[in-house]
Amino acid sequence: MSPSLRKVLVVGHGMVAHRFVSSLLDHARDDGRPAPAVTVFGAEARPAYDRVRLSSWFDDRDPAGLHLDPYPDGAVEVVAPATVVAVDREAQTVTTSDGAVRSYDTLVLATGSRPFVPPVEQHTAPGCFVYRTLDDVEAIADYAQDRKTGVVVGGGLLGLEAAKALTSLGLQTTVVEFAPRLMPLQVDDGGAAALQARIAELGVTLLTGTRLDRVVVDDGGVACAVQAIRGEETVSVEADIVVFAAGVRPEDGLARTAGLDVGERGGIVVDELCRTSDHRVYAIGECALAADGRVYGLVAPGYQMAEAAAAHIAAASDERAFTGADTSTKLKLLGVEVASFGDAFGAAEGAMAATYSDSRRRVYRKLTIAPDGRLLGGILVGDADDYGTLRALVGEQPPAAPEQLLLPAGAAGAVKIGPAGLPDAAVLCSCHNVTKGAICTAIHDLADKGEGEVTPKQIGLCTKAGTGCGSCVTSIKSLIQATGSGGSSGLCEHFSQTRSELYTIVRRDRITTFADLLAKHGTAAAGRPAGAAADGCDVCKPAVGSILASLGGLLAASQGTGRKPHVLDGGQAALQDTNDHVLANLQRNGSYSVVPRIPGGEITPDKLIVIGEVARDFGLYTKITGGQRIDLFGAQMADLPKIWRRLVDAGFESGHAYGKALRTVKSCVGSTWCRYGVQDSVKMAIDLELRYRGLRAPHKIKMAVSGCARECAEAQSKDVGVIATERGWNLYVGGNGGARPRHADLLATDLDDQTLVRTIDRFLALYIAEADRLERTATWVERYEGGLDRLRAVLIDDVEDRGVELEALIAAHIEAYADEWRAVLDDPAKLARFATFVNAPEAPDPTVEFVPERGQIKPLLTLGRR
Amino acid sequence: MWTAVCKYTQLEPGRGVAALVDGAAVAVFRLGDGSVHAVGNVDPFSGASVISRGITGRRADGTATVASPMYKDVFDLVTGRALDAPEVRLPVYAVRRHRGLVWIGPDVTSVSENDAELLTMATSAA
Ligand code: SRM
Ligand SMILES: Cc1cc2nc3c(=O)[nH]c(=O)nc-3n(C[C@H](O)[C@H](O)[C@H](O)COP(=O)(O)OP(=O)(O)OC[C@H]3O[C@@H](n4cnc5c(N)ncnc54)[C@H](O)[C@@H]3O)c2cc1C
Ligand code: SF4
Ligand code: FES
Repeated sequence: MSPSLRKVLVVGHGMVAHRFVSSLLDHARDDGRPAPAVTVFGAEARPAYDRVRLSSWFDDRDPAGLHLDPYPDGAVEVVAPATVVAVDREAQTVTTSDGAVRSYDTLVLATGSRPFVPPVEQHTAPGCFVYRTLDDVEAIADYAQDRKTGVVVGGGLLGLEAAKALTSLGLQTTVVEFAPRLMPLQVDDGGAAALQARIAELGVTLLTGTRLDRVVVDDGGVACAVQAIRGEETVSVEADIVVFAAGVRPEDGLARTAGLDVGERGGIVVDELCRTSDHRVYAIGECALAADGRVYGLVAPGYQMAEAAAAHIAAASDERAFTGADTSTKLKLLGVEVASFGDAFGAAEGAMAATYSDSRRRVYRKLTIAPDGRLLGGILVGDADDYGTLRALVGEQPPAAPEQLLLPAGAAGAVKIGPAGLPDAAVLCSCHNVTKGAICTAIHDLADKGEGEVTPKQIGLCTKAGTGCGSCVTSIKSLIQATGSGGSSGLCEHFSQTRSELYTIVRRDRITTFADLLAKHGTAAAGRPAGAAADGCDVCKPAVGSILASLGGLLAASQGTGRKPHVLDGGQAALQDTNDHVLANLQRNGSYSVVPRIPGGEITPDKLIVIGEVARDFGLYTKITGGQRIDLFGAQMADLPKIWRRLVDAGFESGHAYGKALRTVKSCVGSTWCRYGVQDSVKMAIDLELRYRGLRAPHKIKMAVSGCARECAEAQSKDVGVIATERGWNLYVGGNGGARPRHADLLATDLDDQTLVRTIDRFLALYIAEADRLERTATWVERYEGGLDRLRAVLIDDVEDRGVELEALIAAHIEAYADEWRAVLDDPAKLARFATFVNAPEAPDPTVEFVPERGQIKPLLTLGRR
Repeated sequence: MWTAVCKYTQLEPGRGVAALVDGAAVAVFRLGDGSVHAVGNVDPFSGASVISRGITGRRADGTATVASPMYKDVFDLVTGRALDAPEVRLPVYAVRRHRGLVWIGPDVTSVSENDAELLTMATSAA
C-alpha cells in the first residue's frame, strides 16, 4: 500500500467529504487492493447528508430521507460528533475537542463553509438563526410554532430557500436584500424582475436595495423586529424570527492555526491536485481556494475536487486534476425555474445580448453572444427546459438565430435544438467535462455489444456523464433515443414515436384513423419498406385506438358535424382487443362479464331488482366488485346485446370495466348520513363519475371521494382522490392499488367545488397527453419532470399556459359523450360483431360450459390456466 | 371439402370472425393487404375458443400475426406457431376467395411450413 494510503484522516463529513471517501474506496476496489484505513471526523452529530436538498426537510421532516448512501460495513470509521481543534503537521496528528489525538499519513480538510452573519446589533438574540444544517432547520421549525412573522436577510439562492421554508411554516415573510435585485450573482435586472413577480405572487414581501441595520429585541431580549435602511428612509419590519442567509465564508480556521497558506479573502490555498502548501494535507470543497483562484460555493465543483484528491491519493494519478469549474446552475426556487450559465452577464468584450421577456407569463430569457456570433452564456427565468442544450452550445456558433432559440416552444419561428442537433464538441456534461461526441461514441459502443437497451446509467459508468449534478441526464436520454438504442422509447416497430408524441401529432393534424397515422407517421413512411408494415400490431393498434378515442370529442367538435364519435367507429373496431371490441370483459373460459355503471355506488332498490332479474334470466353469476358495483359473469358473446337491451331500457349505462377509461368513483356515505361527514361525498362522487364516464386514457382511471378525514372511501389509493375538509376538498393524485401500491400525493387543499373539478380536468387531460401506453397515473406522476411541485405549478398556477387547452379536451369529451352500449344496440352493423359464428350466428359456443357452485354457476374448464 | 363461410366483404380489415366448419371452430382473418388467413379458434394456452377475437398485426419481416386475447400470446398466421413457444401450434386451414365468398378448405398444418407457397396461393386466390 502506498504510504499516503496507510492512514487517511478526513476532517468534516459534508457532501464533499462523503464523495471523497466513496471515491477512495472505489479506487481500492477497482484496483483489487484492500480498502485503506479511513477515519472521518464530523462536527455534526449525523451521518453525511444532502445539504443541497436541505429545504426538502420541511416537506416530510424526515432527516433520514436526506442521508447519503452509507459506506460498506466496516470500511470507514466515522467519529461524530467530533470537532477537530488542532493539527500538528510535524507530528502528523490531529486533536479533537475532547482531547483525543490521532495520527495520519494523509490529512484531508473538507470543513465546508460557515454562514456569514453581518455583525449588526443584537444579531445573536434569541430568534436569530442561520440556514446551513439540519440542526438549523429543526431549530427554526421548532421556534416558529405559534409565531407569525419572519425576516430573511439575503435574497440570493439561500435566502430564497429560507423564505420558502418560513412561508411553509405559516409565517408572514419578508426578504431583505442589499443589492437592487434578487439573486444578484446569477441573474440580471430583467431576470430578477420576472423572478420577483413570481415570488411576490406567493405572498413573500421583497425589500431590495435595503440594508439591514439592526435586530430589534423586546423587553425580554428576544428578537421582535428588524430595522433596515432603504435609500434615505428607515424601515421597520416585524420579525418573530430572523434568518441570516447573507452568504458563506470558507471554514479555514483550522488550516490557519496549522500554518497552511490561506487566501487573502479566505479559503485554503490548494493546487490542481487539491494539495495544500503541505503536500500531506489536502483541502476540498467549499473550504478550498482552488488553483484557479476561486472559492466554489456549489457542490459540483466540490465533487470534482473530491475526485481529483482521491485519484491522486489512491493512484498517484493527476488525471482528474481540478483546474476550475463551470458555475452554471439551474435551480428551482419557490417553484420558479432559474438558470444561469456561461458568461451570463455578457462581461466579455464586445458581447451582445438577445432577450425575450413576457411579463404576462413572467418568463425572461436572455442569451449573450460574442461579436463573431458564438454563444457566450445566458439567463433563463420561468422557462428553463432547454438549459441543458443551450449550456452545451456555449463557445459554439448556434445552429439558429439567438432570438429564435429564445422563443417559447410552440411560438411561430421558435427553434428548439435537441441534444441531437448539437455539435460533437459541445460539452453536454459540464460536471465531468464530457462532450456530446464522447457520449455518442459510448452509446454506439454499448449498442454494438448488443446487450439490450442502452441506459443513461451505463453511459455514466463508462463516461461519468450524468453522475454529477444530474442536470444533463435528460439530454443523454434523448441522445440514446435518437440513435434508437434505448429500446423502449418508440411505441413499436411501426412507430418510432412515443405514445405522447403520437398524441400530439393526432391532435395537431386532426388525424382520425389508424391507417392515416400509419401512412403519414409510421416507420414505413420514413423510408422503410412499405406494405409489410401496413397492418400495425397488437402494441400500436390499441394504443392508437385509445388516443383516437381520447381525442374523439375534440376531433368531432372541430369537424362540426355534431355527430357523436363511437369507440367502434370505422377502422377503430379492428384496433381494439376483444374487451373493447365487444364492450365486455373476457373471462377465462371465453365468456364475458357485464358491469353496468353505478355512479358513486348509489343505487335504487328498483335498479337493484333489474340487475337481479337480468342475472336470473340469463343465468349469470353475480358478485359485488371492489369498485362498489355489481359484476354479472358468464355471458355468451352473442347474448351481450340482449342483456344490455334490458339494462339500457332500465336506465343503465356501460361501466367501462373493459376500457382503459374511467372505472368507478367510489364514495363513502358522507355528510348526509354519517355523524362525522363534513361534505356531501356521494354527490361529489356521482358528479365526477358522470363527468368523466367514458373518457379513454393510457390506462384505467379510478377515483374516490371521502366525506371526512377518516377516509372510508380509500381515496388516497386512487388515481384521483378527493377528501372533504371543513372548508372544501383536498385533492390527491397518483395513488394506486394493485401489485405496487402507492399512496396518492396531496396536490391541493381546501378547494371549492369549481376549482376542484377544474384541477381534475387539467390533471386528467395532462395525463392523457403525456403518459406512456399502459402507464397508470402513479408512475406518471412519479416520473413527472420537476416532480410534484412542477405538476402543481402547471395544474394550479398554469405556468405553462396550458389550462385552456387541457380543459378543452374534457369539455369536448363531455359534449360528445353518449352511452356506448345504447349506440351499439341502435346500429345493426355493430350488432353483427356479436355473432358467435359468422355462419351460425345463433349457435352457442360449445366450449363455454358451466357447472354449479354455491347456488350459482362457475366455468367448466377444459385446460385450466397455464 | 371446401366450405363457404361468409362474404369477403363481411370481413373487416384487421379483424377476425369465427366460423363453424365440420364442427370445428375456425378463426378467419382479413388483413390490411387484402389477404385472408384461417387458423384454429381455440387458444392452446387457455382452451378458450377466442383466437378470432385477437388483434392482428404484421412484423417488420412480413410475418402476419394474431395475438390471443386471453394471455396475449402471439401466433404466426401462416404456420400457426406461437412466436414465443414454437412447439405450440394452432391448426392452419387452407382458405380462398371465390365468387365473392370466403371458403375454408382442409387442415394444412403439416404442409404450412415447407409449402408456404401453396398456402399463399390458396390464401390469395381470388
Ligand atoms: C371485478 C374486479 C374484482 C372484484 O370482483 O371485485 C376486478 C377484476 C379484474 N381486475 Fe381489478 N378488479 C376489480 C377491482 C380492482 C381494484 C380495487 C378498486 O378498484 O377499488 C384494484 C386495485 C386498485 C387499482 O387499480 O389501483 C384492481 C387492480 C387491478 C390490476 C392492477 C392495476 C395496477 O395498476 O397494478 C389489474 C391489472 C391491469 O389492469 O393491468 C386488474 C385487472 C382486472 C381484470 C381486468 C383482469 C383481467 O384482465 O381479466 C379483472 C377483470 C374483471 C372482469 O372481468 O369484470 N385489476 N382491481 C373489480 C372490479 C371493480 C369495478 O367495479 O370496476
Ligand atoms: C440551503 C442550501 C441550499 C443549497 N443549494 C445548493 C444547490 O442548489 N446547488 C449547489 O451546487 N449547492 C447548493 N448548496 C451548497 C452546497 O450545499 C455546498 O456547496 C456543499 O454542501 C459543500 O460541501 P462541503 O462538504 O464542502 O461542505 P459542508 O457540506 O459544509 O460540510 C462540511 C462539514 O464539515 C464539518 N466541519 C467543519 N469544521 C469541522 C471541524 N473542525 N471538525 C469536524 N467537522 C467540521 C461541518 O460541520 C460540516 O458538516 C446549498 C447549500 C445550502 C445550505
Ligand atoms: S385480484 Fe386478480 S383474480 Fe382477483 S379480480 Fe383482480 S385480477 Fe382477477
Ligand atoms: S452536468 Fe452535472 S452530471 Fe452532467
